[in-house]
Amino acid sequence: MKVRKQGAGVQEEIQLQMTPMIDIVFQLLVFFIMLFKIVLPEGDFNLKMPAGAPREGAPDPDQLPPMKLHLFSHPSGYLRGIQLNEKSFASNLPIVEATDKNPYGENPQIDNAFLALRLHLMGVVGTDRGPNTRQATAEVEIDPDPNLKYQHIIQAITAISGFKDESKKTVKLIEKIKFSKRRPTS
Amino acid sequence: MRIQKKKSGIVEGDLTPMIDMTFQLIAFFMVLINFTKVEQDQRILIPLSEMAKPPETPYEDPITLQVLEDGKVILRGMTLSMDALRSELITRRQFYQAQGVQPSDIVLIIRADKDLEAQHLQELIEVCQEARFITFALRAQAEEST
Repeated sequence: MKVRKQGAGVQEEIQLQMTPMIDIVFQLLVFFIMLFKIVLPEGDFNLKMPAGAPREGAPDPDQLPPMKLHLFSHPSGYLRGIQLNEKSFASNLPIVEATDKNPYGENPQIDNAFLALRLHLMGVVGTDRGPNTRQATAEVEIDPDPNLKYQHIIQAITAISGFKDESKKTVKLIEKIKFSKRRPTS
Repeated sequence: MRIQKKKSGIVEGDLTPMIDMTFQLIAFFMVLINFTKVEQDQRILIPLSEMAKPPETPYEDPITLQVLEDGKVILRGMTLSMDALRSELITRRQFYQAQGVQPSDIVLIIRADKDLEAQHLQELIEVCQEARFITFALRAQAEEST
């Protein structure tokens, strides 16, 4: 009778079962893919707008009087004209509607008009910066047509609040921005 | 001469590179995942602006008002009319004042749709001012200037 010994010479190969590990790894991957959310960077325009308090006392001759920025709209709500006090920067702007290729309805003529507005304000405000300078005390009141689209208001605030110089550094322009009272819709 | 027959065995592909790539993907998503609750309603497409910059320090206890194209306001998941918003803001102002916090110190973040009419924005600001909130942050999507 032959007796086979399971001696020390015989070594069994232990095989790792990879399949459950791959399953769990794929489960984890699907979990993280489902939770992944692309959040686009958003920035703010900080405005302090106390409820209309009239200026007290005599106006300071060294300070600029408040400027009124009128934004006129087409019946569809797109921007038609820009006027700062009595100076017009654009009138009868064409409408560029939002499409799939141009979801924000970017209009080069509007961009140019706001650039002209910004250049005008840079001349008005000057280059001095600091607490009691014209730049710090300059104030703009935005008076939009009632049906004007909000994106044009943001374009206006972008144009008047500052600009980026050659070194991409932000230079402030108008810090005091407020909105006029609602006008009744015609 | 013995001819040995080759047994047709099951051919297994080498799974090691696939597992490596899967681990790489997991590591990628784990690093990028962001669990912070960001109040962003997907119905609202906010305008673009090259001057909009993210706040350097996070606001302390901000109130986020999300405004749809038709003028309805979403506050903490609740869709409110202007009158309901007014009473809600007054309630919050009283709550903050009871804690010794001035309403002028509270930032109201306004995330409004790009096609919102200006009159609705002005009305919203007036309602907030009536509740004595005067500090606003108009939110826009940061755009890289060319």
